[in-house]
Amino acid sequence: MTGWLARRLAQMIIVVFGVVTLAFLFAYIVPGNPARLVAGPNASPEAVASIARQLGLDRPLWSQYVSYVGRLAHGNLGVSFALQGRSVSGEIWHALPYTVLLAIGGVIWEIALGIPIGIAAAYRPRSIMDRFSTLGALVGLSAPPFWLGLMLLYYLGYKLTLFPLSGTGHPLIWYLILPTFTLGVGGAAWYSRMVRTTMLEVLRSPYIEFARLKGMPERTILLRHALRHVLTPVITMLGMDLGYFLGGVLIIESVFGLPGVGQLAYSAIDTLDIPMITGTVLVAAVFMVVMSFVVDVAYTLVDPRVRLSRR
Amino acid sequence: MTAPLDQHLPDPAAVPSEAVSDPELIAAGLAAEPTLTQPGLGRRTLESLRRDPVALISVLVVVCLAIVAIFAPELAPYNPLHAFPNGLAADGAPVHPDSTFLLGTDPNGRDVLSRMIFGARVSLLVGVVATGLASIIGIIIGGIAGYAGGVTESILMRLTDVVLSFPILLFCIALIAITGPNTRNVVLVIAFGYWTYLARIVRGLVLSLKEREFVTAARTLGVSHAKILRRHILPHLVPAIIVYSTLGVATSILIEASLSYLGIGVPIPQASWGQMISQGQEYFQTAPWLLIAPGVALIITVLAFNLAGDWLTDLLDPATAEIGR
Amino acid sequence: MTGEPIVDVTDLQVHFRVRRGLVGYQTVRAVDGVSFTIAAGQTLGLAGESGSGKSTVARSLVRINQPTGGSIRVGGTETARLRGQDLRAYRRRMQMVYQDPYDSLDPRMSVLEAIGEGLAVRGMARAQRRAATEDLLRRVNLPVSLTSRYPGQLSGGQRQRVSIARALAVSPEVIVCDEAVAALDVSIRAQVLNLLKDIQADAGVSYLFISHDLSTLRFMADQVAIMYVGRLVEYGTSSQVFGQPQHPYTKALVAAVPEITATGRTGRTRLTGEPPNPADPPPGCPFHPRCAVAIDICKTLRPTLRRKVGGQFAACHVAPDEAPAVSSQGATPGTPGAEPGPAIGTPSSSEVSA
Repeated sequence: MTGWLARRLAQMIIVVFGVVTLAFLFAYIVPGNPARLVAGPNASPEAVASIARQLGLDRPLWSQYVSYVGRLAHGNLGVSFALQGRSVSGEIWHALPYTVLLAIGGVIWEIALGIPIGIAAAYRPRSIMDRFSTLGALVGLSAPPFWLGLMLLYYLGYKLTLFPLSGTGHPLIWYLILPTFTLGVGGAAWYSRMVRTTMLEVLRSPYIEFARLKGMPERTILLRHALRHVLTPVITMLGMDLGYFLGGVLIIESVFGLPGVGQLAYSAIDTLDIPMITGTVLVAAVFMVVMSFVVDVAYTLVDPRVRLSRR
Repeated sequence: MTAPLDQHLPDPAAVPSEAVSDPELIAAGLAAEPTLTQPGLGRRTLESLRRDPVALISVLVVVCLAIVAIFAPELAPYNPLHAFPNGLAADGAPVHPDSTFLLGTDPNGRDVLSRMIFGARVSLLVGVVATGLASIIGIIIGGIAGYAGGVTESILMRLTDVVLSFPILLFCIALIAITGPNTRNVVLVIAFGYWTYLARIVRGLVLSLKEREFVTAARTLGVSHAKILRRHILPHLVPAIIVYSTLGVATSILIEASLSYLGIGVPIPQASWGQMISQGQEYFQTAPWLLIAPGVALIITVLAFNLAGDWLTDLLDPATAEIGR
Repeated sequence: MTGEPIVDVTDLQVHFRVRRGLVGYQTVRAVDGVSFTIAAGQTLGLAGESGSGKSTVARSLVRINQPTGGSIRVGGTETARLRGQDLRAYRRRMQMVYQDPYDSLDPRMSVLEAIGEGLAVRGMARAQRRAATEDLLRRVNLPVSLTSRYPGQLSGGQRQRVSIARALAVSPEVIVCDEAVAALDVSIRAQVLNLLKDIQADAGVSYLFISHDLSTLRFMADQVAIMYVGRLVEYGTSSQVFGQPQHPYTKALVAAVPEITATGRTGRTRLTGEPPNPADPPPGCPFHPRCAVAIDICKTLRPTLRRKVGGQFAACHVAPDEAPAVSSQGATPGTPGAEPGPAIGTPSSSEVSA
């Protein structure tokens, strides 16, 4: 196991480096002179030049890369161009809680909705419950999240005034219910179908037959034996979803007016705020990579077959 | 199974690369069982459609959409870009659905129905082309990685991981912000985001195919690698590619809608469902059809492709078909 | 039978490296110094339990596995280290029929295409392939109408015969049969075995016949080699090995087969225990933990193959060696040629590419 673990960690580091490099290079495909952007449209050429020097933009590429990586190692993501010199990491730090809460909430909805519905559908295949939940799942999968969010806002928020219309406030949970639900619905739909398919497949296997013959009640079989097989695919998706959400879910944040990392990234793109763009993209990517690693490790814990095959 | 962008990455049978490794949760049935060779595939297709009304409907919907998309200019009652003077009421509000404008008008006075029809064209065009492109890239990279193994595989898979880790939506937005919104960029950007998914799946399939005895037999006969890839491996990839491409179209359509919603998709005057939703936001009290029509259209389209993809999965791999469909 | 053997394997080694721990590797010696010859038109049977390495020997002969060391000469040409174009040219001389009739044929290729693939390798133009395929099908006693069928529509026996036809398509000199009939029904088995024998009589093909089933080997093989944990423990003609097994392992295997009654034995030797882990075989004679007649030296010194009283070779300290000067009783004609032994180096460069 340790062998595998070490190799996997090494892999992760390589990918992180790849991401860091890509993020770094990203700034260079953007047209326009960053120094000018910082200096402002009315600045004199000398001012622009001096800012360019300040930002180190006149140095060769590899040298800039090295300082970039060096700064990163200290957690310094640079200074925002557009937001009057505020630190990128600081801004991200402030925006992060909303994104994190949104991400966690979304994942909770995914599990809370997806798995029980999937189990119920597998319990009685082809029943009304099954058909109904399948239909619901399919619609949930197919609806564009922004549209769903808007619909929910309109009907539940405006018409029925059950939920606040946008932004944040107190109690925060109240403001998060609709957005997290919208976020989670698609995944929940997917999980419910995944759980259903996996369980139905498992329920056909000989050793489950045997448990039935022994007289074990169907529900116990479902929960104790069959459910376990669902864990692997669910964990995969959960990890990837979480990683993805943590990168900032722009659309949900936009529809519901939540100042998360996604919004930050979006406005940064709008203003061509390179350090901010690079910073948010980097943070998002690192979350993904780390989550992917965590998922891999989780497999080992969950599935003994995996554990044994990793030496 | 779709990836509305803010939800999750599409990966129904997550084929992990080394990054998310060992359990090879492949749609392995698609490569293992030779249903595509049994004679009468055409007959079986019709037979299976007859038995499953849901699949039949979804396939019909897809076909209808294709027809609408292709014949949009002939089918649409009006020019979708034209702002009619009588398209707005006296107070400037959009007109309700009536005999002239079957689905009413939008805030600019344009006919919603025509825009919907042309929107179908945009969605399908972007969806199909982007997915096609992504498939080609994915097959090449995944195929080479899986077949060559060794260092080549590691490098290609790490590359895939890096691209995969990037927040695609942000990347799309950034790229389009730089290069300007136009349909071609949207297609390229979506393809760029989606190929990684297919690459992983193809790699997993190729890995398992490589070990099959008939591949070993071909090697022993002395058949060249190129021939083996072409005649033995590629044909076995076809079912999976078909399925994942169909689902990919669904995903791409949603992504395009999201991008258009944000205003960075298809350029403004052109009709796109996502963009229509974005426009209709403020009018949900006075003109709810502006929001509902494109939304429902999107749901139906994506749903149809998803269901068609499911049906194809069952058709090409009967093992899963019997499980409580 | 006469002249130089068509296959001459000397000290074949196939080692695999398996990851252990953080960066460590462990070497598994799947095949650890195996030597044998096959004369033209003859069959060598290779027997052993699972894990003995017999399949690995087969696969390294057709270069599915790469030999780690040793020499494989086919028709006089050294082939163990061939690469690229030379390897491709070599492949035509030695073909293989596989154990799994269901997986060894591409389900998406019709019989015509599958056999045609072999013909294409031989350089035959497409136009002639159909006729040649039909010829081959006739040769394996299959109706010509099968050309348009797919493997999914054929029975196991039919598939196996298609595989044989495919192997024959390149006109090989040697065919390796890796448990080729193990997956077939017993009645079909007999048919396929007879077919193989007919082809051998007809075309002079040699076989390396791998099987764990001794009665099949008795039927098919002229010479027999028994493998245990990567090494040969007995090697002789069929009648020698089955009639008068010398090695305790062979005796136990033979005793386990209902039909074969080994004459001149005292008592029934029953095989107990498990075959050892090939990554970590016991010291000395690898069989000693399961051996009923093991003596002290068996635990420390690995026995080499020596000619025993029956005339065949066996690697055992207990079985009595043939007395050096004797030429009558034990030495039977058709005894395998090259004296197997440890570490014969790579052959000289004076080979003839036949």
